[in-house]
Amino acid sequence: MRVALFVTCVNDAVFPSTGVATVRLLERLGVTVDFPAAQSCCGQPQFNTGYRTETEPLVRRTVRAFEGYDHVVTPSGSCAAMVRHHYPSFGTEAGALAPRVHELTEFLVDVLGVTDVGAYFPHRVTYHPSCHGLRLLGLGERPRRLLEAVKGLELVELPGAEECCGFGGTFAVKNPDVSAAMGADKITNALSTGAEVLCGADNSCLLHVGGMLRRQDAPLRALHIAEILASTEEEPWA
Amino acid sequence: MPAFPEAAREAVGNPTLRANLRHATHTIRDKRARAVAELDDWAALRETGKRIKDRTLRQLDTYLLQLEEAVTAAGGTVHWAADAAEANRIVTELVRATGETEVVKVKSMATQEIGLNEHLAAEGIAAYETDLAELIVQLGDDRPSHILVPAIHRNRGEIRDIFREKMGSWGRPAPEGLSDAPAELAEAARLHLREKFLRAKVGISGANFMVAETGTLVVVESEGNGRMCLTLPETLISVVGVEKVVPTWQDLEVFLQTLPRSSTAERMNPYTSMWTGTTDGDGPGTFHLVLLDNGRTDALADEVGRQALRCIRCSACLNVCPVYERAGGHAYGSVYPGPIGAILTPQLRGTASEVDASLPYASSLCGACYEVCPVAIDIPEVLVHLRGKVAEEGGKGHRLERAAIKASTWVLDHPGVLATGERLASATRKLHPKRLPGPGARQWTESRDLPELPAEPFRDWWRKNRT
Repeated sequence: MRVALFVTCVNDAVFPSTGVATVRLLERLGVTVDFPAAQSCCGQPQFNTGYRTETEPLVRRTVRAFEGYDHVVTPSGSCAAMVRHHYPSFGTEAGALAPRVHELTEFLVDVLGVTDVGAYFPHRVTYHPSCHGLRLLGLGERPRRLLEAVKGLELVELPGAEECCGFGGTFAVKNPDVSAAMGADKITNALSTGAEVLCGADNSCLLHVGGMLRRQDAPLRALHIAEILASTEEEPWA
Repeated sequence: MPAFPEAAREAVGNPTLRANLRHATHTIRDKRARAVAELDDWAALRETGKRIKDRTLRQLDTYLLQLEEAVTAAGGTVHWAADAAEANRIVTELVRATGETEVVKVKSMATQEIGLNEHLAAEGIAAYETDLAELIVQLGDDRPSHILVPAIHRNRGEIRDIFREKMGSWGRPAPEGLSDAPAELAEAARLHLREKFLRAKVGISGANFMVAETGTLVVVESEGNGRMCLTLPETLISVVGVEKVVPTWQDLEVFLQTLPRSSTAERMNPYTSMWTGTTDGDGPGTFHLVLLDNGRTDALADEVGRQALRCIRCSACLNVCPVYERAGGHAYGSVYPGPIGAILTPQLRGTASEVDASLPYASSLCGACYEVCPVAIDIPEVLVHLRGKVAEEGGKGHRLERAAIKASTWVLDHPGVLATGERLASATRKLHPKRLPGPGARQWTESRDLPELPAEPFRDWWRKNRT
């Protein structure tokens, strides 16, 4: 199977390792991955801040970049949700892209039909289901089922898992105090699990929570689920 | 009233307030989830409630005229109020006509919205709130901070202190040695209020619903103070927003199931009072209904925003909202706090003031509010829509923001430029400080580290390794 990788702008610039992990994981599962270089940002930050007109060129660019692919895979729940939920309001062509875009865990479980991806990650992990993946995409148990099948991985329940971490795109900048208070509670819950890794399927949220963890020198690091699933006994992920 | 972020900062820094809010919202949200899970047709009820409200709003004029006719036929008098000033004037004249200088009130958001108590006080009429939480707010010279539990920000100790200090100056004082035990606090309120119920000649209420086919008004409540206010006085004046009408009793059936479970997590609320005009020798002999617009038809004209008028004021969205939980109700600067307030208030009042313009941004768009809403108001959708309006109006900061957004779109729409920028950022990564100045970056790095940028962006890895 041939798929296009929609790496997303945040992953491209800040978390390329998530893109690399996604490529290695998909290739290991026998998928041929293309990276259409014309891709950029899906337009979510502009759209959610209320700048619809400014979103339009990015929607057009994204639609063009992924023309001709039946499956577009992205390691980001919120960018997938942007395309799935909001692109149809930008016209027929944009609407046609919506069902072809899959968030990574959704693609693995629903399209490839696998939950055991042959990964090895001998650590205690807790999972934060980011809001857009949770509520807009309805990822449900997919990420957990994938993690549970990882050899050596001990999955521990995150208290208050379904509560927002406080990132919310420009919300973190426009309402810094509330955002930080939400992030602090998320971290307290995550630390209470004794996990070494806080796993998520959205690096935007992990940028926020991870940044707070680093500021506190907490004994917990934030890691994208793709990097855990890409890790094997032969080639363990750092 | 300061903009939301500034008002919220104060609340976030108040540990007692945060603990009170956290305890209360978590308790009620868990109870609500259990109460809703008991019904296997919840999804169908939610969808039906949404449809009834939408259908009614589409033909609001028809149903309001039907309601007016039915209320009049049943012996009531209907008044139409375009805005707060008109509604306040009508109510004041009606109270004056009775010759009374005090009224008892059952909690009503519409009268809070128009500032009726303050207006009456200025006209020499004392309005006594009789809902327990409203009484606490009124005695404490405070503002409500929650739709259903207006004193949610207070704990028992604070309430005991308010009762001890203030009850005496409003009527019957608190009993000697009052403790903070819930039963003792409730008894103190009961004794204090009973005196007012038995004396009052005029009652003022809101309504949760108005049934157009019979002209019946409905109040659902838990304490019985509503029933007292609705039945004991000689004159009853109900001030109700025009969007509260439902066509038939069969429609009402849906909301009498969804409202209590969503709001108090009860299968049925303890008191459901219904009144239709007047009845000789039973209840108030005079009944007035003031139908309040106050921005509602403006909201109705907005195709996306109008869904806020479906709201049945259950407050489930407040109890589940992570932003409300930290910021508290006062930060929203209106009688309607939380997610619903963030979309309703700017529609009713417009976005000219700083606080109203900041409300559409008072959300992380996590979507928990939409998930619990019993009439399926897509609050995140309306928030984004209203952000668009605020940005369009170009108020404070938004011209600059639009310029920045335009610039970012341009860069993102030119991957060559974007890639160059990414490479530059990666190449200079060792030089990046952990805390940054400037708008955005400063707020971000106040409480978080920026991530260390990678040695190369993904694009470059791909070009080197896969092409």
